Amino acid sequence: MSSSRGSLPHYIAIRILLIIPMMLVLLTLVFILLRVAPGDPVSAAAGGKLNEHELDLRRHALGLDRPLIVQYGDYLWDAVRLKFGNAMSDGTPVTTLIRDHGGATLTLTVGAFIVAIALGIPLGRYAGRYRDSAADAGIRLFGIVVYAAPIFWVGILLIMAVNAIDRSWPTSGIASPVTIYEVPTHTHILLLDSLIAQYDVVDVLQHHVLPCLALGLMLSGIVTRLTRVNVVQALKGDYVEAARARGIPESRVVRKHAFRNALVPVITVIGLQVAITLSGAVLTENTFNWPGLGTDLVNYVLARDYVAVQGLVTFFAFIVVVVSVVVDIVNALVDPRVRY
Amino acid sequence: MLRLARRLWGTKGLARWILLIGIVITAIFVILAIFAPWIAPYGFAQNRVDGAKFVKLAHPSGEHWLGTNDQFYDIWSRVIWGARTALEVILLSVFFSLIVGVPLGLLSGYAGRATDKLLVFVMDALYAFPSLLLAIVMAFLLNAKVGNGVVAAALSLTVVYIPQYFRVVRNTTVSVREATFVEAARALGAGPVTIMRRYLFGNVVQSVPVIGTLNAADALGTLASLGFLGLGIQPTEASEWGYDLNRALDDAQAGTWWPALFPGLAIVLLITALTFVGEGLNESLNPALVRRRVKPARFDREDVPVLAGDEVEVPDLSGGGTR
Repeated sequence: MSSSRGSLPHYIAIRILLIIPMMLVLLTLVFILLRVAPGDPVSAAAGGKLNEHELDLRRHALGLDRPLIVQYGDYLWDAVRLKFGNAMSDGTPVTTLIRDHGGATLTLTVGAFIVAIALGIPLGRYAGRYRDSAADAGIRLFGIVVYAAPIFWVGILLIMAVNAIDRSWPTSGIASPVTIYEVPTHTHILLLDSLIAQYDVVDVLQHHVLPCLALGLMLSGIVTRLTRVNVVQALKGDYVEAARARGIPESRVVRKHAFRNALVPVITVIGLQVAITLSGAVLTENTFNWPGLGTDLVNYVLARDYVAVQGLVTFFAFIVVVVSVVVDIVNALVDPRVRY
Repeated sequence: MLRLARRLWGTKGLARWILLIGIVITAIFVILAIFAPWIAPYGFAQNRVDGAKFVKLAHPSGEHWLGTNDQFYDIWSRVIWGARTALEVILLSVFFSLIVGVPLGLLSGYAGRATDKLLVFVMDALYAFPSLLLAIVMAFLLNAKVGNGVVAAALSLTVVYIPQYFRVVRNTTVSVREATFVEAARALGAGPVTIMRRYLFGNVVQSVPVIGTLNAADALGTLASLGFLGLGIQPTEASEWGYDLNRALDDAQAGTWWPALFPGLAIVLLITALTFVGEGLNESLNPALVRRRVKPARFDREDVPVLAGDEVEVPDLSGGGTR
């Protein structure tokens, strides 16, 4: 272990280099699924509506008349330069979509994580400390049911509940149409833009509450369960026993000794939930009419737009790979045991 | 089989209750699914009886127990037929992922070297990818070719679950491969296919029931998600709870609660039940998780507290005597 093998820079370098093969496999997968498998995207999308000559022109414009291996090379090269193509149906560059609508997806997921942590960590900690009590059983059941319930159903229930209490509370969209129209665009993240302009921040925040809650509840199921297991695990540690033996009060043992150690794996695993969060965001956005990338994806799937779907899926693959590497690196910085 | 049942019955405490509740609820849904034509008052795409059209969005009543939805369908009937669709899709998708995932896992684990590395890498990439996106892409491709019925939906889910079976089977294979009895078989001149079929397969399939039930729960959620996004089974093909929730979204915004409540409730109940079965099986079959019931040191005085976190022996009343 005295050699450079166990060193932090070495680990980080390896982890970053591993992005390349991971991305390559994912991109190849996307290419096979969306370019090779369908045969001909153009006639699948517009077949019957256009004559053969027009179809040929479209194929040529998209470069689909060239050998597959050339298309594959082009696709990889474009992906490296972060070019994801233009949508076939409306001609919008996918990068423009990402710029304009990525912010909505980002605020949704960040808000959801805040909800999940605020709810899941205290609940999991309580359940772990009072293991096998009635409260523990209740909290475990909560964790399972919240995770089992489809987000869109939870969303619908929230909408109905809010409508029953206060009809004026917004249940759809990211802001009132006037606000979206009036707030000047700086960052392409509406919440930040409205903060900068000091215009209708309350309206934008109100619109964020239900979607973030719906997605956050689902994630809180995972967080609760993880925190509980880790607190239970940590409370079995020898150092906890030692702390108790020294006469430190139980509440302090839990707070200072067990809980802090239990938190490290929780943070790691929360970070690795990107994939689940993205899936959840797609559903949440479609429930609340949220103008994010998940709504775009479903709309382009329904429009049978292969290029836009391929571009968006490629972008999601990027996000998953990059975030998981960042989490690994942060984790290695925090916890020396991770580096091997 | 009997031994397995006895071992499950021997499970103590919460794990047994979880398993029992899960099995009962799942069984109810299975019965609904199998006998749907006799239990459901109407067909899943039936909007009239004796030529008289149902009332649109009718309140729950004696005539329509759970009301009707915006397509004039009887919701109680659609919930029951939905159980049948769910069961069909789950069984098909688990079956498809098994017949692809298990042989690939065996091959990868037994062959080792480059084959193993490549397969593991591809499967890990698949596994890392957001499962719903994968299912969406598959549904997108299959809708054009296979249509949007039960089989297409099951195939869309299959890709999501292959990597999980692959992983478990491969890891078990790797650990069993060097066992003495496999070495003995090899020394006797058994070829790779014989070894995989006769010696590895039996050891490897033991872990399948647990992942199978947990995957079934997950598959049901993904199926409903596809349906909700309008990419799943179409209403004329079969009744699907997720699709019904899609239709119910606008009604919910308008304050009509019954079209959304019941299909969602069915999904949650069945997913939770399947999760319970999976977790229960896991806790009673997985030796690493079975709580060892060590007798705590007994003191003569009863007021000596037992340390938190210790397992206290529960008197065995089941009469199973399996341990």
